Amino acid sequence: MAMVLNEEAGMLKDAARGYLKASAPVSQLRKLRDSGSEDGFDRKTWADMAEMGWTGVLVPEAHGGVEMGHVAAGVIAEEMGRTLTASPYISTAIMGATALSRFGSDGQKSEWLPRIAAGEAITALAADEGRKHNPSRVAVSAERSGNGFKLNGRKTFVAEGHVADMLIVSARTAGSENEAEGITLFLVPRDAAGVTVERKDTVDSRHAADIVLDNVDVTADAVLGEVDNGLGALEAVLDAGRAGLSAEMSGSAQQCLDSTVGYLKERKQFGQIIGTFQALQHRAAHLYSEVELGKSIVLKALQTLDAAPDHAAMMVSAAKAKLGQVAQLAAREGVQMHGGMGMTDEFDIGFYMKRVRVAEALYGDANYHADKFARMRKY
Amino acid sequence: MADLDAFRADVRDWLEANCPEEMRQPIQDEEDVVWGGRTFNFTEPQKLWLDRMAGKGWTVPEWPVEYGGGGLDKAHAKVLREEMRKIGARAPVQSFGIWMLGPALLKYGTHEQKLEHLPKIARGEIRWAQGYSEPNAGSDLAALMTKCEDKGDHYLVNGQKIWTSYADKADWIFVLVRTDFQAPKHEGISFILVDMDQPGVTTKPIKLISGKSPFCETFFDDARAEKHNLVGELNKGWTVAKYLLTHEREMIGGMGSGAMRPMGDVAVQQVGLNEHGMLADPILRADVVRAEIDGLAFMSTMERVADEAKAGQGTGANSSMLKYYGTELNKRRMELMMDSAGSSGLEWDADEDVARMWLRSKGNSIEGGTSEVQLNIIAKRILELPSA
Ligand SMILES: Cc1cc2nc3c(=O)[nH]c(=O)nc-3n(C[C@H](O)[C@H](O)[C@H](O)COP(=O)(O)OP(=O)(O)OC[C@H]3O[C@@H](n4cnc5c(N)ncnc54)[C@H](O)[C@@H]3O)c2cc1C
Repeated sequence: MAMVLNEEAGMLKDAARGYLKASAPVSQLRKLRDSGSEDGFDRKTWADMAEMGWTGVLVPEAHGGVEMGHVAAGVIAEEMGRTLTASPYISTAIMGATALSRFGSDGQKSEWLPRIAAGEAITALAADEGRKHNPSRVAVSAERSGNGFKLNGRKTFVAEGHVADMLIVSARTAGSENEAEGITLFLVPRDAAGVTVERKDTVDSRHAADIVLDNVDVTADAVLGEVDNGLGALEAVLDAGRAGLSAEMSGSAQQCLDSTVGYLKERKQFGQIIGTFQALQHRAAHLYSEVELGKSIVLKALQTLDAAPDHAAMMVSAAKAKLGQVAQLAAREGVQMHGGMGMTDEFDIGFYMKRVRVAEALYGDANYHADKFARMRKY
Repeated sequence: MADLDAFRADVRDWLEANCPEEMRQPIQDEEDVVWGGRTFNFTEPQKLWLDRMAGKGWTVPEWPVEYGGGGLDKAHAKVLREEMRKIGARAPVQSFGIWMLGPALLKYGTHEQKLEHLPKIARGEIRWAQGYSEPNAGSDLAALMTKCEDKGDHYLVNGQKIWTSYADKADWIFVLVRTDFQAPKHEGISFILVDMDQPGVTTKPIKLISGKSPFCETFFDDARAEKHNLVGELNKGWTVAKYLLTHEREMIGGMGSGAMRPMGDVAVQQVGLNEHGMLADPILRADVVRAEIDGLAFMSTMERVADEAKAGQGTGANSSMLKYYGTELNKRRMELMMDSAGSSGLEWDADEDVARMWLRSKGNSIEGGTSEVQLNIIAKRILELPSA
């Protein structure tokens, strides 16, 4: 497959960039933070995204979506990374839509997918339970009770958990805490009795939530995919999200590079433009190279998700590992080359540094994915 | 697509019938690499393979048929490469003529020049050397001083080149010469082709840290060059030189990426796995996996840059990015090979010559323009940062 965007994706990119720059730039995130927004995103922007079809980018047409695939989904995420637009896009339009369209029953699909596409339902994945990402570590229990299950336990750092209408929860139906077998995915409405959401502010001026499940009753219809055999589906949903986050980080890294190079052309010291200093030129040129490599591996991962979703894990881990490093390098170099200005809250570069730190950690940081890649390579 | 599939089937059958068994074995050492030229000692299978491939034009699949090429477009050439890779077929010939001079002649040469020189490159008959660097013109290549005078019916060349790879084995040399000493330095340079089979051209090998002598000093003392062998216009050689360099850079940058065994496999073989099935040296494992991931990202980038070029997007200066990143990555990989090999890598002249490969790789970020020079080019051409 050619490593260039096709016409459709190219147009989507231009449209996304145009909209986000005009309507949801970094100043929007700043305003949300300063006004203490509990949602952490702008509902009007979210409605616009639905209007433009972005929330339905992975939803089949039969369920009201536009089904453009992961490359297109990544193009949007990348542009959001450029403007740091906060929204439940990755948790809902990428991960929720992937979970339901690939693993949902007919009933689950028709219940949720049209609402996701319309921007009417927000979903969140409640998988992690500890400080470090580890999808097979599941202590949250789901015991059989009557026709259904009773869920108990605590999920941590659930992105968009504070605004989700529906939670996708991994719980243990068999086996012990770290076993790959015995994990089942459940669709749990947030307003189900026994669900408590503890909102947390995160370093990127957004929010996440801990989810406490206290004797939450769900019916057998709430099972997503297979009982006891949910890890594969969970990994597939995670991979879609990881690729989306990598695309987002790629956009953030490009923006850091652009603003830094812009600053190098404008700031004067010692009677000259600082961009004439070779020490800075070389750092910027190295950063450029890293950002280019990042773009390529992200595109590769997204294309693989579209062409062979069951064989995408390695490319996705490579992308997440690479972008975790590239985006952080871009943010660090960005702050350094802005001098004191880079340390100020008034200047945007710090927002990028904080967001890519979160995006890097979410669903496995660079170390996690490098390790996973090595395991898949059998060393 | 149907056309490509049919082509693939034909290629497969032809390769199966025509590629000698010996030419499907992995390259073990330098003797296995076919450079061609008047004095090259071919083994029988090497010669057979070269002649058969040259007969199809497939030593240079994308060159026009009239100049000895296969006349294939990129898609068909890719099929050929893929099918060759599948059976492990070696390149029938590799040379500076193919990588560097060919592309430059195709763009800037006259029809007569192409007819004279390209088919001989395609058939592996003439081996070319690159006469760019001089003792006082390395990174600052345009400072070169080798003098070229118009003697009416021919040119006379005097001066010295250095670091000329394989000059002692080459038949012809493409040379950057100064034809105007008054003009600004980039505007007095010409690009000329010189037959090395004459008393006025001599070479002296230089020994490298790897113990080998792949490059030479090359001296021109009243060497003769024919007028029709000036490529491009007089004093406009810098344009040709730069164009050739972008090809050289892409070639050097890409060299370390595809063909080599994945670093993880090498490390596992050398270091072994622990009881958890992980590479026994955990810190090495981390370095190896990062290098493998960077390798994937780099290969994807080569692919993307090529596809963008095909689609008329992207920037030509990206060849500097590929050169910079690819060679630095290759050096990293060679360090990891040494780390993995332990004491076996420290043996001089061992069966698997890791040490010499490791030492040789250090030249990757120097030849064809140093890493620092590539970073300068990226800063200037791509990032458009001002110069001091
Ligand atoms: C293995 C090998 C094969 C080669 N083959 C050939 C060949 O076939 N034909 C040929 O013509 N040449 C060949 N070369 C020569 C090669 O092109 C030069 O060595 C190279 O261009 C550097 O020039 P130099 O050696 O004079 O180093 P210098 O230019 O003296 O560089 C010394 C150091 O200074 C740095 N430096 C120089 N200028 C700058 C700057 N402006 N900014 C920042 N740093 C700078 C360099 O990066 C380097 O680190 C070969 C070299 C090697 C190693």
